Amino acid sequence: MEYLLEVDGLNKTFKGKKALDNVSFRIFEGCITGFIGVNGAGKTTTIKSILGLNFPDSGEIKIFGKCLKDNEKEIKDRIGIVFDNGYLYEDLSIEEMKKIIAPAYSRWDENVFRSYLERFNLEKKQKIKTLSKGMKMKCALALALSHHADLLIMDEPTSGLDPKIRKQLLEIIKEFVSEDGKSAFFSTHITNDLEKTADQIIMLDQGKILIDEDKDVLLEKHALVKGDKSLLTHDCRKLFVSLEEKGFGFEGLTNNRAAVRNSMKDIIMEKPLIEDIMIAYAGR
Amino acid sequence: MEEGRSVKVIISNNSEVPIYQQIKNQIKDEILKGNLTDGELLPSIRHLANETGVSVLTSKRAYDELGQEGYINGVQGRGFFVAAQNMDMLREGKIKEVENKFSEALKIAEMIDISNEDLKTMFEILLQDKGR
Repeated sequence: MEYLLEVDGLNKTFKGKKALDNVSFRIFEGCITGFIGVNGAGKTTTIKSILGLNFPDSGEIKIFGKCLKDNEKEIKDRIGIVFDNGYLYEDLSIEEMKKIIAPAYSRWDENVFRSYLERFNLEKKQKIKTLSKGMKMKCALALALSHHADLLIMDEPTSGLDPKIRKQLLEIIKEFVSEDGKSAFFSTHITNDLEKTADQIIMLDQGKILIDEDKDVLLEKHALVKGDKSLLTHDCRKLFVSLEEKGFGFEGLTNNRAAVRNSMKDIIMEKPLIEDIMIAYAGR
Repeated sequence: MEEGRSVKVIISNNSEVPIYQQIKNQIKDEILKGNLTDGELLPSIRHLANETGVSVLTSKRAYDELGQEGYINGVQGRGFFVAAQNMDMLREGKIKEVENKFSEALKIAEMIDISNEDLKTMFEILLQDKGR
């Protein structure tokens, strides 16, 4: 497997505040990568930098092994993009919108586009402003996936959508990466969407990468631990990313499951959700 | 790329054994049992991941390590195949494992002074049970 996206040492400062602090990560082909973090963590800034829509103060981005700056046209021909609050023109119909987007891509495939519209129950004559939020997202997805892209980049594609549409959307993403040589990278704060679909989890907090890991390994390393407060010795406390002491006992998240199991007796250990992990790490 | 046959891999999320290790162990067992034979095409990384509900990175790691250990071969653009000659290797590994378990048992026996005679008797009984 090869890297489809390589981000190296991105730094960006907004009004004296560091928006991105040495952000580096890589994305393998064949992977669905969830890019998580609380609002304002820097996810959208990172995605815009990847797409060349803003300019980091320093750092390098390679897509398909090539530098974005020098090969922008060729690279963008192979990327599908979906943004949360659309780049769709409200007053146009789906067909008119397509006519603006399609010529930009050398491999635009009208048949693929039509089959997506059919599958999503979208009529090409419908005006975009008459579409519900879920329909707009499906329309954006159809527009992003009809030119045989190899890398799908999405910013909060599932936010504000009902569970059924989210599930459909995730299925489409899974289908997309099941072809050879494809990857999907999307930001979300609905971590629930990642439990079943994601292969890799990257977490950004205050502009810094805090987590970059295989999802399975991430969930294996961490555990929710509950027990009596008397068990919390000085050394044991160090094993926790977050710790909450309540009236009857403590509850915490450890990033060293094995050490907790070896050194603490009479505790309950549970498998965490990605959400538990994100909350424990955010704003530390 | 053609899809390999399905392989019996069942992942436990409650196990203390890491998921990639569970995959490795089960594929090795399938090879040893003869359910997977030389040259057989394994499921693709993505297929294995989807079927078992693990990430592609985990299944990739399992395949990479099985490859390094000589159990399977990756062929660019074609997939992963069960490697030849690993039956002996696997068998040898398992024989080592049996030896190790025996020495472990002997150590415990020494600790609580079980006589060689008693050990032999125990072993005879176990063998008889196994023969049934």
